Formats: sequence, structure tokens, C-alpha cells
Amino acid sequence: MDTIIETTLTINGESVTRRIPVRQNLVDFLREEIGLTGTHIGCEHGVCGACTVRVDGKIVRGCLMLAVQADGRNVETIEGLSDSGEIADLQDAFHKRNALQCGFCTPGMLLTVQDLALQNPQATREQIREHISGNYCRCTGYQAIVDAVETTLIARNSKA
Amino acid sequence: MKAPPFAYARARNLAEVFELLERHGDNAKILAGGQSLMPALNMRLSSPELLIDISRLQEHAGVQVKDGHVHIGALTTHAAIGESADLRKHLPLLADAVEHIAHPAIRNCGTFGGSLAMADPAAEWPACCVVLDAQIMLASKSGTRRVAAQDFFQGLYATALQPNEVITEVVIPIPGAGYRHAFLELARRRGDYAIVGVAAMAKISGTSISDLRLVYLGASEKPVPALETSQLFVLKGFSESALKEAQQTLAGELDPAADLYSSVATKLHLAQVLTARVMKQLAA
Repeated sequence: MDTIIETTLTINGESVTRRIPVRQNLVDFLREEIGLTGTHIGCEHGVCGACTVRVDGKIVRGCLMLAVQADGRNVETIEGLSDSGEIADLQDAFHKRNALQCGFCTPGMLLTVQDLALQNPQATREQIREHISGNYCRCTGYQAIVDAVETTLIARNSKA
Repeated sequence: MKAPPFAYARARNLAEVFELLERHGDNAKILAGGQSLMPALNMRLSSPELLIDISRLQEHAGVQVKDGHVHIGALTTHAAIGESADLRKHLPLLADAVEHIAHPAIRNCGTFGGSLAMADPAAEWPACCVVLDAQIMLASKSGTRRVAAQDFFQGLYATALQPNEVITEVVIPIPGAGYRHAFLELARRRGDYAIVGVAAMAKISGTSISDLRLVYLGASEKPVPALETSQLFVLKGFSESALKEAQQTLAGELDPAADLYSSVATKLHLAQVLTARVMKQLAA
């Protein structure tokens, strides 16, 4: 029944403890308290997907989760996935295929397509489109994004 | 926008939930998956004094098969329903409907019980529960009662749930041999709210249909079983003439509300189109 709660969570492998106002959502906490501004905030009601982060290995809407709900959980952001090299090939493909222009949707888009790549490495173009249906991009028209994801999946599968 | 101020309590067991509900009544809201509640708070459509977070009560998540029934814990996520081999085997209607629910990141959090408690007229689970004859288990300090899905949904976002109760579980009978099912929905984009949809099941043997149940979503304030339309198909079979007649009957059974994008006439037309498709699918 508190309005501020001491919360301990793991962010990109590092344990963090903070006193967090309960009404603060996870993205605002990451951006404003922790200084990780790679996760973007767009619509604030779960439609645009710009705030996508990974919690305990699953992608979630960062704007629809309270930061205090992440207590004891493992949160991964675009900074974590980027620094670890986990999605280096995807990022490279996005660059080569012009799968971004303004870049606002890109962190959420990368988290979402990596989620697909882990679950369904053989995904078809239709399945790629389905998986990113909750991530809005207003620049590319999606074609280049689907190209970049498809290219990466094919390259990963030929290595595996 | 940002959510208005509220207090927050993370429940460790149902007894704590009941105690908080007792003390705060209508001023408290249950936070399950948060995929409808958090947008409502962020848009300031709702301003509860207290959020009771039940998301850690994982003993109320998961799917179990017992004595010819499937038990679905209220906190089972949409994603978990889609991944359940038991549901794919015994209640494939639910597995088919998952694909229409929002997007992967939302399916990872949103819960079965939360969707029922919310009772959005365009939601998939309420219609599925009505068509499958589900029993919804409601728990409070004074015990547990079961309410048939048909009686649980009472109107626009209105259910039989009392302010001191929470949904703990949904119990669904496994359909016998010979039953077929289909779930169809039309939306402006994949994962958007349904314009209109239909959950259907029937017993089919050869060319005869029995126990046909057609339940529409997005077609009224709550899921609508189209009883006369269903009966007509049972009496007259799958023929083109039966379909024409059934589509007329259907228009009298549904009561959709116009929204920004679709008029009442459009919604009725689309419901008729879905009826033709769903009957074809059942007959195939």
C-alpha cells in the first residue's frame, strides 16, 4: 500500500536497487532514472511498440508495466542486446537494407524481430510481418524491415 | 499521458487480495497482466486509489486436464494458451483464437482471467467461453462460486463479478467426438480490435449438423449466441438457400454499435460474410 517501493532488478546483467514511485512505468524508469534512452516511448498505451524490452527472456510493452513490477526480474534493453553482440548481424542488415530512416521504432523493432528469430528461425515473410504487427514504423513502409529480417534469418540458418 | 497517482500492493496470496478488496471496495483495481488496465490509467480513463497486483500468484496460472474438463488458471497468459499442447489437443478453438489477440509482446503479459473480467465487447475470450460452455470460478473471502459464461457477461464491460471477488479459474468441458470448431475475425489490421468476429462449434456427422453454436463478438455489448440462426442451419443444413435465410435471421439477432470506422450496416454485413465462411469451414 505504498507509493514508493524499494525495488531490485537486473538491467542488462547489472543488479540495480532504487526507490521507485509506483506509478512510474518501466520505460520512464529506464530512461530517466537509469539513463538508458535507447528504449523509446511513443503512444503510452501499448499500440506503437517503441517501448519494447525483454523481461525474463520475453518481450513486453515497457509502457504497460510498472517499474516496481520488475522487482526481482531480469530486464534487457536495446543497449544490452547491442553491447553483447547478440543482434549485431540484424543491426548490420537493417543498416544495409535501409530498414530505418528516423530510427524511432528501431530499438523496439530489433527486440521484436530477435524474439521471432529465437522462436522461429525459419519464419516466412508473412510470419515476420505478423510478428512485427505491433511495432509501428512511419518511415520505411516495412518492406525494407522484412527484407533485413529475412536476410538475417537466411544467413543465420546457413551458419547453423 | 502518465497514470494518475495510486497506491500499490503486491499480493502474496488470495487472502491478502480479499482483505484489500474488503477494505477498498470499488476504489481498488486488480492488476493482472495490465494490458487493458495500464492503457486505461495512462489515458486517465480510470483513477483507482489502489492497484492490487496479483501477477505473482503464479499458482493461478497454467492449464490442467482433469475428469473430462480443462482448467485454465486466471493468470494464464494469452501466449501460454497458444503454446499449450493440452489446449491444442482438447480445445483447439482457443489456440486458433490466440492469433487474433493483439501482438506477441501483449500476449506475453495479458491474461485469460483479465480479459474475462474486462469484458470488452470486441474481445476473443468472452465469446470463446460462451461457445464452449465455460464455468467461471469466482473467489471471495466467503468462498468460491461458479458462474456459467453465458450468465457472467452482463453488458458493456459489465460482468457478474462482485467488488469483493476475483476470477481464479475457468473450467471448460472437453467436447465429445465429432465436434468441429472455427474462429474467424475481421480487423482493420492484424492484432487490432475486432470489427466483428465469430466463435463456432458443432457436431458434424456426414451432412448433418447438430448442437451448432455460433457466438459473435463485436456484434453487441456482450458476446451474442445467435440461437435462431444456429437452429436454422441445424434444420436445413449447409445449402445456399439455408445460408441466405440464416443471414437474414442473423441480422435480427445482432445489435452492433457503430464506431469511428464501421457503420451498423457494415458490421451486420461483415457478420453475414463471416457466417458464410465459418459454416464452410465447419462443413469442410
